[in-house]
Amino acid sequence: MIQFDNVSKRYPGGHEALSGVSFHVQPGEMAFLTGHSGAGKSSLLKLIALIERSSRGQVFVDGQNLTRLKNRHIPHLRRKIGIVFQSHNLLFDRTVFDNVALPLIIAGYHPSEVGRRVRAALDKVGLLNRDKAYPITLSGGEQQRVGIARAVVNRPPLLLADEPTGNLDPELSREIMGLFEEFNRVGVSVLIATHDHDLISRLDHRLLTLSGGRLIRDGRTTELAATA
Amino acid sequence: MKRASRNIRRPRAVPRKAEPETRAKSQKPRGRVNAYATHHLWVLVSSLGQLWRTPFSTLMTAAVIGIALALPAGLHVLLSNVQQLSAGWEDSAQVSLFIRQGVAEKRILALADELRGWDGVSDVRYISREQALAEFRELSGFGDALDSLAENPLPAVLVLRPTPAQAQPAAMAQLLERLRKLDAVDQAQLDMEWIRRLNGIIEVGKRGALLLGALLAMAILLVVGNTIRLTIFARREEIIITKLIGATNAFIRRPFLYTGFWYGLMGAVIAWLLVAGFLTLLSGPVSQLSFLYDSQFRLAGLDATTSFYLLLSGIVLGLAGSWLAVSRHLQAIEPT
Repeated sequence: MIQFDNVSKRYPGGHEALSGVSFHVQPGEMAFLTGHSGAGKSSLLKLIALIERSSRGQVFVDGQNLTRLKNRHIPHLRRKIGIVFQSHNLLFDRTVFDNVALPLIIAGYHPSEVGRRVRAALDKVGLLNRDKAYPITLSGGEQQRVGIARAVVNRPPLLLADEPTGNLDPELSREIMGLFEEFNRVGVSVLIATHDHDLISRLDHRLLTLSGGRLIRDGRTTELAATA
Repeated sequence: MKRASRNIRRPRAVPRKAEPETRAKSQKPRGRVNAYATHHLWVLVSSLGQLWRTPFSTLMTAAVIGIALALPAGLHVLLSNVQQLSAGWEDSAQVSLFIRQGVAEKRILALADELRGWDGVSDVRYISREQALAEFRELSGFGDALDSLAENPLPAVLVLRPTPAQAQPAAMAQLLERLRKLDAVDQAQLDMEWIRRLNGIIEVGKRGALLLGALLAMAILLVVGNTIRLTIFARREEIIITKLIGATNAFIRRPFLYTGFWYGLMGAVIAWLLVAGFLTLLSGPVSQLSFLYDSQFRLAGLDATTSFYLLLSGIVLGLAGSWLAVSRHLQAIEPT
């Protein structure tokens, strides 16, 4: 689903955020991406969603070579990727329903279909009764769940999350992780960038560890507890 | 675009477990055109709603557009009125044919008969040398001087009235050419030369209105462009988020274009009301004036064609202005 071949990312000014990163996340796999801040987690996610382009090496998503993807095709790539942000990135002048509906409207779904799917997505994150609320009236955990509902509403084959539990207490964090595992169980590939070792050490998934822009370990989260 | 999306949706690497996903795709084409039209309608209405939420600033922008449109439109209507008025006078155009000395009266009368048979000639009146002299004596006050002349110096005259269709400047020139070639005619003179000059002045005025309109159209483009530019910056966050979840540039552009459309339309309606209001205010004094001149002239208002073009130019300018802003500033906003 995601394949990196010797990928480097150098920013103007010479800072190299990623150097020679190679890995392959299989379809239907769930993986964590960890490393101290500045290790290149965000840069790596940005390369997958083509928010930035790699300086060297090749990135494949869903069998598609992103290095050769033209700018005008980027929107169609992003529709296949649900992205969950640390800062939620909700639109505060619209209701929860409208926020979650946005990916479907962008993709040109019929209104009746939109309503059905938005309710299904909200139901999954347990916010079906808050659909008319504005995001500002929701708690941090609820806002994050709206963000997740928006990311999965058009049933993308790939889900990316950048510090999805960054601002949440441990209880809520476990809940959110549980949601991601649920989506993974129905076949969605999931890649989560996080520095929350306590949280992920209790789960059993693949773990990619970045340090100084290099992939220094590719193992299981269970090994993390052993080495820590 | 279609090819690209098919390319992306290549079935390979889709796991068997992802069954809900494939089911979703098969449902998607249903009512796609319908969904597209619904979306457009929704954007159209919601962009109006956005404007409605800030009525004061919306009205200010629309009023600037309205005034800028009302100026050339009003000028155009006034000039059309003047042209209408002078067209009425063109009916009274006449040609004086001065007959050469020594042509017998019988021949002149025959010529008058012949001319009455011509196309474009509605009436021919004969003024004999004696009548001309009597008229001149009466009007000029040179009676005594005329008495001292041995011979009547005035020529006989045929006064020719063209039909209204003939009264156009080009046709009149042709008619004059023909008349001048007549044997008995010494000189053919169009008496309403000044109408052509007035028409010339009106043409200059119309050209001026057009140039003024062009300048003000540019002003409207800048006003709308700047307003949309500010809206784009105010909604920068929203643009970035929608781009991140797969919105195409066309999708992001749409609400701004519709906003420009609404500005243009509102501006045009304001311009229409302004011009109509001015004409109403002017029509009273104008009909009083024309009554004093014993004329039936009434100030013509905004006709359907002018109104249509006014609305159309407002809408086109609104769209074009927002297009300018959108094409300049939207590309620059990318998620980082």
